[in-house]
Amino acid sequence: MKIDAFSSRDVSADTPVNYFTRDYSLRSWLFTRDHKRIGLLYLISITFFFSIAAIAAALMRWELLTPQGDLVVSDIYNRLFTLHGVLMVWFFLIPSIPAVLGNFILPLMIGARDVAFPRLNLASWYLFMTGGLLVLYAILIGGVDTGWTFYTPYSSVYSNGHVMLMASGVFIAGFSSIATGLNFIVTLHKLRAPGLTWFRLPLFAWSIYATSLILVLATPVLAITLLLIMLERFLGVGVFDPKLGGDPLLFQHLFWFYSHPAVYIMILPGMGVVSEIIACFSRKRIFGYRIAAIAILAIAALGFLVWGHHMFVSSQSVYAGVVFSLLSFLVSVPSAIKVFNWVATLHRASIRFDTPFLYALGFLALFTVGGLTGLFLATLAVDVHLHDTYFVIAHFHYIMVGGMVMAYMGGIHYWWPKISGRLYHEWLARISAVTIFIGFNLTFFPQFILGYLGMPRRFHIYPPEFQTLNIVSTSGAVVLAIGYTLPLFYLGWSLFFGPRAGSNPWDATGLEWTTPSPPAEHNFERTPVVTQEAYDYPDLSL
Amino acid sequence: MTPASPSVFALIDGVLPSASRISPAVNAVFLALLLTSAALVAALTIAIVYFLIRYRRGSPAPRPRLKIAIWKFEATWIVGTTVVFLGFFFWGARIYLRMAKVPAGAMEIAVIGRQWMWDIRHQDGRRELAELHVPVNQPIALRMTSEDVIHSFAVPAFRLKQDVVPGKTVLAWFEATVPGSYPIFCDQYCGTKHAEMGGRVIVQTPEDYAAWLATGAGADSAETRGRALFVRYGCAGCHAGNSSVRAPRLEGLAGRDVPVEDGKIVTADDAYLRDSILLPNKHVTAGYAAVMPSYQGVIPEGDVLDLLAYLKSLASENPPALNSSAP
Repeated sequence: MKIDAFSSRDVSADTPVNYFTRDYSLRSWLFTRDHKRIGLLYLISITFFFSIAAIAAALMRWELLTPQGDLVVSDIYNRLFTLHGVLMVWFFLIPSIPAVLGNFILPLMIGARDVAFPRLNLASWYLFMTGGLLVLYAILIGGVDTGWTFYTPYSSVYSNGHVMLMASGVFIAGFSSIATGLNFIVTLHKLRAPGLTWFRLPLFAWSIYATSLILVLATPVLAITLLLIMLERFLGVGVFDPKLGGDPLLFQHLFWFYSHPAVYIMILPGMGVVSEIIACFSRKRIFGYRIAAIAILAIAALGFLVWGHHMFVSSQSVYAGVVFSLLSFLVSVPSAIKVFNWVATLHRASIRFDTPFLYALGFLALFTVGGLTGLFLATLAVDVHLHDTYFVIAHFHYIMVGGMVMAYMGGIHYWWPKISGRLYHEWLARISAVTIFIGFNLTFFPQFILGYLGMPRRFHIYPPEFQTLNIVSTSGAVVLAIGYTLPLFYLGWSLFFGPRAGSNPWDATGLEWTTPSPPAEHNFERTPVVTQEAYDYPDLSL
Repeated sequence: MTPASPSVFALIDGVLPSASRISPAVNAVFLALLLTSAALVAALTIAIVYFLIRYRRGSPAPRPRLKIAIWKFEATWIVGTTVVFLGFFFWGARIYLRMAKVPAGAMEIAVIGRQWMWDIRHQDGRRELAELHVPVNQPIALRMTSEDVIHSFAVPAFRLKQDVVPGKTVLAWFEATVPGSYPIFCDQYCGTKHAEMGGRVIVQTPEDYAAWLATGAGADSAETRGRALFVRYGCAGCHAGNSSVRAPRLEGLAGRDVPVEDGKIVTADDAYLRDSILLPNKHVTAGYAAVMPSYQGVIPEGDVLDLLAYLKSLASENPPALNSSAP
């Protein structure tokens, strides 16, 4: 890549002054406006929230080993799945790739010194933490048993948990999403390096752009919905409760108008990361780059029009059901296109099997299964049977965990040398990637069958004929837990003892790899000028 | 007793029988989706593994530039997936519309969901908790509502599921084709004992069903109960034949178009009748003053359903007279 960039002198080996080493004080972290440090603050915070939510999941899987409710009582189980859902969705998945990797990598990738509004960026993290701590407080003083979906009138009238406190936490964290989205949109519009036109942007940047649009447009609807619940609960204004003249289905419309696009907040950035990794380790430009970029925007746009597919059996109009089914099939087309493009990129490539690439392959497999089972649920008659069963649980875990978390782990491993300046133990990392893949399938594939057989979600007491598959699923969760724990050790080890990475250990294209590892505080000494397309790898036919 | 219908799902029939008129259609589209998905996964896996081996770094395989324009591949994929997807859309939607249309001659049964039980009321007055006895090969229409939160009435063996929403009556139907006992679940999370809100549908041969009916003879029908309630809640004071002209007469009302105060015409369907009892000022009949009090919180859901049954019996030419055999 011909870039008039930072001089090729690799400073990381001898000159230690970089964004990390320039000041070690706590103050310098808590008041930082450096997008890289804010990215790391998010990394630590979401790892913390992920761990709590994962422990809740582990307890649920333990309970599900037997058909009786013998480990925890119903009220505890209901609180466990609520906290698992709320923390995983709003405090891990939504911020995962955008807030951690987006913050750290995006400005480097587009040749900027920081995001457009560094102070707002820091404020976003504080909003995020305020929301997160409120949610934790709500859990500690008694928890909430509504499920992460907060369906009315259960949540607004009947539930006696701390619904309002938890909803306030989500409400506040929502503003963090909006501010982050706004920041990225402005950054991508205004701070791209000279010569870096839209169609020269790496697909990761496209995916962050599309995600940010959704964050800014959809999150306010969630905020309004939560406010309406508070109005009803505190002031008795009839919005959702039929006894007050409200409509319980209105809540579902509003909630899914946000939460379906939120699914794309949780998967588009994963698609971006995987595009980077596949291009790098195949040493090829992503097949059909332009269509791949347009597909990302198409998914983001169509994603706003399919919320009603969560309501096929809710008693909404059957004709609404038919329209939403059609639109849901249409939104699957660009997703399928993306899978075909990734596979086609491997054709006549030059492939290396480093850890990030293994994660990308895992993403490809699991996202494909998740996407295909989405077609089952978009098919009206089949959804009537599968709705609210474990089939749905398995489907969205294939997308969210199999897709997004695999991509997130892949991204962390791909950019770890840039973030930390160090290399990790390659074989341990490969073993962990394979362990996660096996553990994941063992955990969630049986749930497709359970759901088809009729096991409803949010059931901890179930008919005995479902036990065998539940035991398989729980044993898979043990494998998965081991896979997720390994990186904590070898990545932690690499921070102190890993070999120096150098500025570009993967020999990748992209402006972020032209900076030293770790980058200096202001990323680039001189603003780079871009003259080439994205993924400008050498011609393999020569 | 007819044997279980032979199906490719015979292996799992022990856990998930296929026991309703609609299930074979759902099974067929499910199987088609499964085979299509499996074929696609297999094709992608073969392609990926082949590429990974042949084009691993350092392999001698030639890597000439692609001769065919990329857009041709893209166009093929886009058109191909769209056509297949639309096929599944139409297939699934056709069955869904069939599910939505209650067949003529269906036997109506009222279902009330409440935390945490299914309260089932037959037209002849029989009442069951968590059990639903039905005759085989007879379409059953479930008229359902909830007294508190949203529940979902699900019978996997019938491929049947319908959310039961407070504040409205919803309809669902099934026709059981194989006698037996099939689990009912509540599929919509409804609070502490959600996982225990179950029950069974007991599908009986006509003879067994008749025998079961006989054991409960003597109960009042929903219409009869509704007529009694019509008097007890004071409705008859204004709406019955010889009362003053303050309130509209209700004979023949159900199903008719009613002109209301603001000039609109509304159809007197279930939702209208129910609103007229619980939220009377929502649609005031043209020519009448809005004087009726709301019965919200006064009349339990079960009684509302009985009243609806009575009001619908009034639609016929010769409604049962109020003073005849009222208990």
